Amino acid sequence: MSPGLLHYLAVSGLIFLIGLAGVVVRRNIIVVYMCLELMLAAGVLAMVVFSRFLGQTDGQVFVFFIITVAAAEVAVGLALIVALFRARRTTRLDELNTLRF
Amino acid sequence: MPGALWWLLLLLPIGSALLITAVLRPYRVASAAVSVFSAGACFMLAVWGVASGAAAPEPVAWLRASDWVVMVAMMLDPLAEVMLLVVTGVGFVIHVFSLGYMSDDPGRSRFFGGLSLFMFSMTGIVVSGNLVMTFIFWELVGVSSYLLIGFWFERPSAAAAANKAFIVNRIGDFGFLLGILAVWGTLGDLGFGPLRAKIEAGALDTAPWLPVFLMALGLFCGAVGKSAQVPLHVWLPDAMEGPTPVSALIHAATMVAAGVYFLCRVFFLIEMSVPALDVIAWTGGATALVAALIAVRQDDIKRVLAYSTVSQLGYMVMAVGLAAPAAAMFHLCTHAFFKALLFLAAGSVIHALHHQQDIWKMGGLRTAMPVTFWTFAAGALALAGCPGLSGFFSKEAILEAAHETASPLLWLGLLTAFLTAFYMSRLAMVAFFGEGRERRAREAKESPAVMVVPLVVLAVLSVVGGGLGIYGVLRGEAAAADAEGHGWLVPALSFLVFAAGVGTGAWLYRDRERDPLRLGALRDKLYFDEVYGATVVAANGRLAQFWDWFDHFVISSLFVRGTGLVAGGVGNACRFLQGVGASGYAFLFAAGAALLLLWAAVR
Repeated sequence: MSPGLLHYLAVSGLIFLIGLAGVVVRRNIIVVYMCLELMLAAGVLAMVVFSRFLGQTDGQVFVFFIITVAAAEVAVGLALIVALFRARRTTRLDELNTLRF
Repeated sequence: MPGALWWLLLLLPIGSALLITAVLRPYRVASAAVSVFSAGACFMLAVWGVASGAAAPEPVAWLRASDWVVMVAMMLDPLAEVMLLVVTGVGFVIHVFSLGYMSDDPGRSRFFGGLSLFMFSMTGIVVSGNLVMTFIFWELVGVSSYLLIGFWFERPSAAAAANKAFIVNRIGDFGFLLGILAVWGTLGDLGFGPLRAKIEAGALDTAPWLPVFLMALGLFCGAVGKSAQVPLHVWLPDAMEGPTPVSALIHAATMVAAGVYFLCRVFFLIEMSVPALDVIAWTGGATALVAALIAVRQDDIKRVLAYSTVSQLGYMVMAVGLAAPAAAMFHLCTHAFFKALLFLAAGSVIHALHHQQDIWKMGGLRTAMPVTFWTFAAGALALAGCPGLSGFFSKEAILEAAHETASPLLWLGLLTAFLTAFYMSRLAMVAFFGEGRERRAREAKESPAVMVVPLVVLAVLSVVGGGLGIYGVLRGEAAAADAEGHGWLVPALSFLVFAAGVGTGAWLYRDRERDPLRLGALRDKLYFDEVYGATVVAANGRLAQFWDWFDHFVISSLFVRGTGLVAGGVGNACRFLQGVGASGYAFLFAAGAALLLLWAAVR
């Protein structure tokens, strides 16, 4: 039995939820960032699946763009985290609360 | 003279004041020169204009409010012309005197700037053609008077006196403003010419008496403040804190007479209310008597003269109230001459004695300062009503008016005249006769020519001022016919009280070291200041305290800070919503998205 659309979407949803849970519960900013990427990957997977089951290539073309942009985004995000670490000597999310009232 | 040149009367002094204040402040000689020049030019201009009978210039529209226009207009009838000559003439003489009196004062520029500003405002009152202009210039003389009384503002007493003069005048001016509004409300016009035309056409003939009475009383209020009538006379004696030329010019000859001048100007309006005339006459009479009583027991040479000024102003106001405005103006003119003279002579004495003003520390100045003494004597005799001198004629005109109306004010006037002669002879005896009581008095020298010449000029005017025909001009042609019809009673009585007053004074104060009369109540100015202090001033203080409390605790705390506190409290109550950190936001965001999805799914 070959896997159907729902199986793929279930995997995608599962990965998304794992990522979300990580973003919510983890305190280390790098881990949070990785979990964010995980959520992005889940979205990409769903797109590829839809593209395949609909028999169109549009979705796959989008995925290439997303992967490219995500690579650039990771570079920027990591650079920000490094700069933040240098300024604050911490990567813990709950210690970065200067803007809070 | 072309009529348009009249504007120079106003432009010259204000130009001089602005020039001195803006540019010439550091250059004392230049400031004095500019100011004296402008005063002299104004006098020349006034003489030329009056002599050539130049018509008043075209009025200029100043303010337009729909169909109502406020004009800058001049009114130049005989009344204004006489007053104009007095103001510019006496003003010029006093400017010259100031050159000598203020020669060693570092603030001379400021002084002459103030004098020029005053000349501008005073001339404005004299030539003003409507009530709006009068009111504006009225306030302007108040300001210049304030500036000049407080000229030596380093002295707390001078600063307090300036404030007192300004504040007491505010009370009168408030009534004045109400009076102007009442005129505007009942007659619908503010120009003197149109008002007179309306009243002559019978605009007030059918009006009920009360509004007319209140209107006249409102206008009178302005004069009560400016001309220092009881009960608002308290500022004038304190105003002697200013330099003596200022006392002579503003607080004796011109500004304080502006109230009387104004009453004569609007006399056609005031006489429509007989009760108002009674109030005016009795206020004037009371002022004349009260001030003369106080003057009997003052020791400061300038204060004696100040109370004498109040008393004489009361005389003039009384004359207005007795429906004799021409007599009032006549006395105003002669009084301007001899009172300016007396003040300048006092200034000459004070200058020579290095600012000693207590008459009991003077004495013997008759030989040391002969010109000052003789001119002072001429002024004092004129004020006391010596027959043949100017004061006798003008005072007699007023008493004659009282006699004609068979008013008991005649006796009040005579009593005042007696007191006047008495305190002037006291002043002359104590300050000028006998031996010098202090070293400064014994070493006094005559003042320089720049101060003495103005004294002589004014002395001549004081002596002959009664015969210059001023009275005839003021009464107009119609009334001049019956001018000779006097009885002998009033002149005889005036001479009698003059002789009695001078005689008593000379006998009582001959070779005294100390005042033989005790009269503590008079020395303490009949406790006017104390009563005001305990009532008006104290009540105001209480009220101010209450409002301070109200402002502090109700406005500030309850309303302003209270609002802030409420906003802050609401904010604090809501802050937990924003206090969960980045992960919390992510969770809430995800939860929200999930809820939306759920909602979309079940719908």
